[in-house]
This record gives sequence, C-alpha cells and structure tokens, in this order.
Amino acid sequence: MARIVNFDLRYPLMEAGLESPVDEEGVHDSFNQLIAEQSQNGGLDALELQELQRELDEEGRDNVAYLSSPGHDYGRRQERWEAEREDDGRQTDSLAGERWSSATLKILSSMPSRTIGRSRGAIISQYYNRTMQLRRRRQSRPSIRDFSRSARPSIRGYGMEGDTTDSEGAELRKREHLVNNLQNLSVSDRVRMLRGMPLSVAEKSELRMQAMQKEQRRHSGRQIPCCSRLKYYIIIAVRQSWYSWLSFIHSLQLWQVALKRVSGRFGTGVLSYFLFLKTLLFFNLFLFLVTGAFLVLPQAVHPPLFSQGRPSFSGLELLTGAGYFSDSVMYYGYYSNYTLRKSCRVDTGGQNMSISNGTGMDCPSKRHSYNMPMAYFFTIGVSFFITGIILVYSMSKSFGQSFRIDKSHSILAMKVFCSWDFKVLKKSSVKLMSENICTQLKELLAEVNHKHVKNTVCQKLWRLTVHGIAWTICIASTTGCVIGIYYFSEHMHQNLRLFSRNTHQNPLLKEASMLALPVVVSVINLLLPGLFNAAAWMEDYDSPSVRTYVAIGRNLMLKVSVLGVLCYHWLGRVAADPCWEDFVGQELYRFLIMDFIFTLLDTLFGEFLWRLFSEKGLKRRRRPVFDIARNVLDLIYGQTLAWLGVLFTPLLPAVQILKLLLLFYIKKGSVMMNCQAPRKPYRVSQMTTIFITLLCIPSFIGASVCVTYTMWSITPSSSCGPFRQLKTMFQAGKRWVEELEKDNPSLSMLARAHAYLVENPFFLFVGAGIFLIVIYFHSQVVDGQRKIISLLQEQIENEGEDKKFLITRLQSIHEQKRTPTRRLTSQDSTC
Amino acid sequence: FFIISCHCTDNVAMSLQDCTYFTRKEILRLFYRYRDLAPQLVPLDYTNHPDVKLPYELIGSMPELKDNPFRQRIAEVFSDDGEGNMTLDDFLDMFSVLSEMAPRDLKAYYAFKIYDFNNDDFICKSDLEKTLNKLTRNELTEDEVRMVCEKVIDEADLDNDGRLSLEDFQHMIVRAPEFLRYSSGNLLFTI
Repeated sequence: MARIVNFDLRYPLMEAGLESPVDEEGVHDSFNQLIAEQSQNGGLDALELQELQRELDEEGRDNVAYLSSPGHDYGRRQERWEAEREDDGRQTDSLAGERWSSATLKILSSMPSRTIGRSRGAIISQYYNRTMQLRRRRQSRPSIRDFSRSARPSIRGYGMEGDTTDSEGAELRKREHLVNNLQNLSVSDRVRMLRGMPLSVAEKSELRMQAMQKEQRRHSGRQIPCCSRLKYYIIIAVRQSWYSWLSFIHSLQLWQVALKRVSGRFGTGVLSYFLFLKTLLFFNLFLFLVTGAFLVLPQAVHPPLFSQGRPSFSGLELLTGAGYFSDSVMYYGYYSNYTLRKSCRVDTGGQNMSISNGTGMDCPSKRHSYNMPMAYFFTIGVSFFITGIILVYSMSKSFGQSFRIDKSHSILAMKVFCSWDFKVLKKSSVKLMSENICTQLKELLAEVNHKHVKNTVCQKLWRLTVHGIAWTICIASTTGCVIGIYYFSEHMHQNLRLFSRNTHQNPLLKEASMLALPVVVSVINLLLPGLFNAAAWMEDYDSPSVRTYVAIGRNLMLKVSVLGVLCYHWLGRVAADPCWEDFVGQELYRFLIMDFIFTLLDTLFGEFLWRLFSEKGLKRRRRPVFDIARNVLDLIYGQTLAWLGVLFTPLLPAVQILKLLLLFYIKKGSVMMNCQAPRKPYRVSQMTTIFITLLCIPSFIGASVCVTYTMWSITPSSSCGPFRQLKTMFQAGKRWVEELEKDNPSLSMLARAHAYLVENPFFLFVGAGIFLIVIYFHSQVVDGQRKIISLLQEQIENEGEDKKFLITRLQSIHEQKRTPTRRLTSQDSTC
Repeated sequence: FFIISCHCTDNVAMSLQDCTYFTRKEILRLFYRYRDLAPQLVPLDYTNHPDVKLPYELIGSMPELKDNPFRQRIAEVFSDDGEGNMTLDDFLDMFSVLSEMAPRDLKAYYAFKIYDFNNDDFICKSDLEKTLNKLTRNELTEDEVRMVCEKVIDEADLDNDGRLSLEDFQHMIVRAPEFLRYSSGNLLFTI
C-alpha cells in the first residue's frame, strides 16, 4: 500500500540532517534549496518526479485510483473531499481543505501513522509486533532481523515494507507469523492477547484454532514424555476449574440485579454510592470474621467464672446496648485475662496473673490452651494492619486510575466523547441525560468564549466578602456545636456518676438518659450540613466541582471536630472510671444505632415527604436530588465509629453489617421512589478517589491513632477485661515475648529486637522519615514525567508542521509539473 | 440447568470464552437472549455453525439498546455486513466490548468506529456534527454545533489535518478517567 517516495539524496547534508534534529537549519535550508531547484529546472531526473509523472499520465486517463486493499474507494473519497471543500468556504490552515491530486491523497492516506488500526492487515501487523514484544519479555526470543529499518524509530516495527505489490500475500504471511507467536506464548498471555484484539469474534476463533492446531501438531510430532503430557492435562484441568470458579463467584455477586436497576435509572454517579456501601460491607465482614473466630468464639465457649447476674431483657437494650447486653460477649469487660484451658476449671485465683502454668490443678494437661489477652491484643492489631494495607492499596489503585499528570486542555472534546453514560437504560433518564449534556456543552462553550472577561476589583472584593461571611458562619456554628458537645458530655458524665451512686432512681431512666448525648450529636450531624448548604447557596463559585469540594470540606471539618471532642471525652475523662472500656463500648454502640435511626428519619423526611410535598403541595415535577457526597460522608462517619469501637466491642462489626444491609435496601427503595437523577455534572472517578482517600486518611488513620494511643498509654481498668492489672494493654505483648525468652533462651534475639524496634519510638521516627523521603522521590519523578510529556507534545506538533510543509510542497511541485504539460498540449493544439 | 445446554459443545464454549470477556454461564445466557429475539430463526444447536443473522430491527429493540441514541451505529460497527444484522458471534462481540472487563484501548477503538459515521477511519467535522446531534437530540442551535465542532477539532487534533485520527482519539481518551466507567453498558440477564 505504501509507495516509497524517494526524495532525492543529492545533498548528503540532508541525510545527516534527517538523523539528528540538531542540524535543523541545515535541513530546512537544503530542503528549500532542493525544491527551489526542482521548480526552476523542472528536474526530471528526480526519481520522485518520474513517479509522479507516471501518475500524472495515469491520472489523465481515469479518475478512480486503484488500491490493493478492499473497501477504499478513492474516487468517492476525492469527490467527498471536494464537496467538503465547497461547503467549508473558509480557508483553514489544515490539510483538509485543499484540493489534492489523487497521488497526494494516496501518499497521505498510506502514511504509516494513518494506517494504524485501520485495515485488518494493519491490526494483524500491530498485534504481531505486540506478541513479538511479549515473547521477548517472556524470553522465547524471536530474531531481531524481523524488524525493518526506517528513519523514524517510532514506526519501526509497524511492518510497513517496501514491496507491497503482493499485499494479500503479505497479509497471509503476517497472519502466519502472528499465529506462530500466539502459539509460543503461555496460555494466559495468549488468552489476554486474543481478547484484547479489535477483531471480530469469528476471526479470533480462527486464529485461536490455528494456534492450537499448530501446538497440538507440535506436541504430537515429538515423543512427549508422559510426565510432560500429564502436566499438559493438569494445566487444562486447572484452567477449566478456574473458569467454573470464576462463574461461581460471578453468580454470587451481591445485589447484582438491584445495582443494575439503580444504575439503569440514575447512572454511574448514584451507583458509586451503592458500590461504596458494598465495599464497606466487605471490610466489616472481614473484621467480623477475624474477631468472631479469634475472640468471640473462644470466649463464648469458655464463659468466665465470675460473672454477675444479668438484668432481664427489656427492649431498651437494642438502643442503649446496656442492660441485658452489658455483661455479655459483646463488650470488652467480659473477656478473661487468663489462658483459657479446655475442660479445666480453675477454682482458685481466676483473676490472678499466672498466665502460663496450669500446674497445681488436677486436670489433664491438654494442648488446647488459649491465651486470651494475647489473642485480644494481636487480633485487634493484625486486623487493623491488614485493613490498613487493603485500604492503602485500593486508594493507590483508584488514584492511579483517575490522576492525570498534565492539565488537560481538551475539556470540550472529552465532554463530547466521554460523557455519555452507557449504563442508563430508562427512557426518561436518557432524555434527562441528553438535556444535561446539552446544558453542560452550552455552559462550556460560554465559558470558553468569554474566558477573557475579568472581574473588576469591586466585584472581586464583593465575592471575597461573601465567601468570608459564609465561612465564618460555618466555622462559628461548628465551633459552637463542638463546645456545646464538650460541656454537655461533661454534664452527662457527672449525671451518670450521681446516678450510679444514687441507686434509688429508676434504672431504666438512667439508661434512657445515656441516649441523650448520641441524640444530640446525631441532630447536629443532620442539621448543620443543611446550614452549610444554605450558606453556600448565596456564594458564587467558579465551577460546580469547586462547590462540591467546598461542601465536602465543610462537612468533613464538622465530623472530624465532633469525633475529636468525643474521643477526648472518652479517652480523657471517662478513662478514669472503673471498667470504662465497657462504657465506651456501649457509647459507641449507641452512637452507631442513633446514627442509623437518624439516617432513616432523614431519608423519610428529606426524600419521601419532600417528594410528596413538592408534588401534591407545590405541584412541581421536580423531585429531590440524591446528594451523593453527603450520603457517602455519612457512611464514612459510621465506619469511623465502627473502627473506633472494635477494641471495646468486638461484636460491633456485626452490628455495622446489619446496619449497612438495612441501609442498602432502604436507600435503594427511597432513591427509586423519590429521587431524580442529578442534574449537575458529576465526575465519578475523581469523586470515588476522594471518597476512598477520605475513608483511608481521616477515618481509618484517625481510628487507628486513637486505638494505638489507647493501647500504648492508657491504663486499662483493673476490674474487667483481658488486660486488667497490667500497666498498659501493650504490656501483654511484651509479657508474651518475655515468656518466650524464658522458655526458649535461643529466642533472646527476638526479645531484644522487640525491645529495640517496637518499644523504642526512635525506630518509628526513622521509618516515617524513610517513608517521607520515598514519597518525595516519587513526586520528583512525576514532575520529571510532566516535563517529558510537554516536550513530546511539542515534538508531535513539530512533526505535524513538517508533514504539512512537505505535503504542500509536494502538491505545488505537482501543480507546476502539470501546467507545463498543459501549456505544451495547448500550444500543440494552437499550432 | 437445561438439558439443551449441551448443544453448546465444550469446544465452542472454550473458544468463545477465550475470545470474549465472558464466562461460560454468561455466554449461555447471552445465547438465550439472542434466541429470545427470534426463536423461530435461531436454532438451538450451534455445533455446525449455522449462518443465522438477526435483522437490525430486532437487535435495536433490546432493552439495553432501545433508548440509546447510538444504537444503530453500535449495531453497524459490530455487524459483519455493516448494516446492523448480527450473527451470534457479532452479538457476543458487541456485549463483550461493552462489558466492564474490556480494557480501555479496546473500548476506545470501537468508540472511535462508532463515532465515525461515514466509515472513513477519521472523525471529520460532519461526523462530529452527527455525534453532537445524537447526543443532545438536536437541541443545540446550528451556530453552537458549528462552534463546538471547531473547538473539539482544535483541541484534539494533534497532527493538524482537520480531522481526528484514531491516534488523536486515543490520546484524548487516555486523559479522561471517566471513559472506562461510562462506556461499560448495563447488561440485564433475564434468566
């Protein structure tokens, strides 16, 4: 398909100039010289012009150009281009509006960069080269001779060979090479390559069949030892079972139908909220399995010896978590601080500190012993560690998908090509989406056209004032609420102390009064974001995404300060009480339940009743919009409470799982019944990244810092729990290492390592320092890549200019060649 | 499971599994969806690779495609004859590329072909105009359409030839993180 257009190499300087871009002056000069000379002399010696001359003669004969590959009709294309040129009256600077001869057109369209991905032959070539690279990497090396030389390294390997007269043969050969390569790859690589090829399924199956036939022939040709044949069968069996396992997993997918329905109606944005809920569910499931297996189950099977009688079950327990639940496996206080032994009753000193030896009792020394404090300490520590790793991994993966190194200039193009959401199926939603895209395009167009409008100083000042007022309102209200919670919590704490001393009061009333703080906090969490929205309503932002970010920021600030003051209250004040861990566990349970109840109320009033009111009362068709950001932040808040509470309430993940399950169905029902799709543009990838970052950094890190602080510094209560009468919870670990050392003196290295690495804060500082240095290096690498990208962009533009220059010159020479002959013929005719 | 399922022999199923992003179960479900469109035309036994093509009208009436403004182009791109009449292989190919497992480059390639209305392997101005009109249901004025097309070509055309080649398109798609999420369709399995 490509003709070799051989530019005359009379000037050796030119060839050097082609290879090194430094000599640009020389190149341009010599090109100009060459073309000037050609046009002066009408140099017929040049090979290029001889070819063009031939073309010229042929052109006179018939207009329809011939081409070897099917499906390209140049005559039609030429007509179309001429029609386009007539339509487009303006003179553009591009190559499209010119009138080209068929020769130039042929050359233009057979340029290597234009044929990538076009015809089937080109695709096969491209994938042949990809499989070659893959084979190289996997070390089944093909020969280097397969690559043809070319001046441009970037197109080396696209397989544009000189002799293209027999293109059918060339395609067949390429196809054979591709099949050969496929056969040499491993099975998973082959499958991945096949699936990724943009060919039709029929062609792919044929390629696959040919590759497998060849493989079988190759296998049957030789004498295969029986062990390698066995290996072959095992591999096939493993693949089959892997596929059936995959389809089993796929069919198990939770809520698949519900999610499809939601996304069919509301699009990917609202779907992301439900997917986030599903992710949180899996985190909690993991936590529940770990704590359930290692903490709850052993302790439930071996109930502690000294447990007081529990009050009877009244319905209030479900809300307050106290009462019937108070001395149960649900809370920290129930767990024993000695080693559990199977079928061995320790009569004396059940609360003593001798953890290791079970001697002095007449029970058979069984191997089944379970060191409860150790188990508690390590289970919580390890589950937090694994959760942290999973979170950081998913955060970095999400970040990698959505982060763009360079500022994108093609906003409008991306809006046109990448904004249609193929998930939306419902007709009314599709119509709404079209309207949204139309509005957004108009806005973008207006923005692009009027970018140069600058605000006057007065307007800027006014905007700043408004922003300042709004921020003042938000910060003031947050601070006010935080101070209120601080004093109210102190008041409730004093009340509780009074109550516990004064036993004449009704115990139910005492328990109900414990609900006061959670209710107050939930009301604040519900109402204050509404206030923030009202404050933001009067502000004027540059773009809707800035508005969303500011709203998220304010909401986050509120929740972080509320949780901060609560943590101070629990770990600072309450931690002096006897058996405070139980109390904190119950508090967290209450907070979780209240949060759930208030979310329900908010859904009921915010969405359901609002819709009824706006439809029946105000007679408008506008339904409430599902506020994705606010709902996700509520989920994150709930998850932070769950993570804070795992140390004190090992069964809290189970409560959170139930809560999330109920929340899913309620939210889904409410959304389908009451809400409409969001009208503002919502950047799903960016938002999802932000949410998972928020889940990791303030939420998880904050919870783990609190838990670490509790384990490291706070004295556990002396009357309940697995760490009673230890100075800190951390000492349980240290004690275990000391015991190991006592039992096996050869493990003293471990003890010493433990003493230096874990207890010494110096190591933590050094580790954190190294981590920060690594991050700094990576950010420098990213900066460097940004610079490289801009350089490459410049290079592409320059190449485009080169191409334009060459093509126009080619065309002008062509034109000049044509006019002398015409003059000749006309002269002939006149004579 | 139906006893009829064994018509899809192991070879055919394995081959399809290797060439699409679906598992065997999903391929079977898709086959049933295909058959449900015209039970009298589609035989149950595919071992002899019968040459059955469903006309575009039936494909375009599927709930997944019914209201999509690009459904005709999608069917044309994935069909063998370019008219929208699809065999079972074309059908599977279409949903495989539209599924969530397909990589971005593959989707970008087919998206380019879908937006290329005149099949000349470039997205020229008229293609852009048609795309815009389908996107916005002809709600933009002529002036606005013209301005948007100019701006888009101005932004995305890297080699300055006045139209978008596949490279230009892919270069732009790489910078749009939403493309992968939005271009995965919603496949409703009824079984």
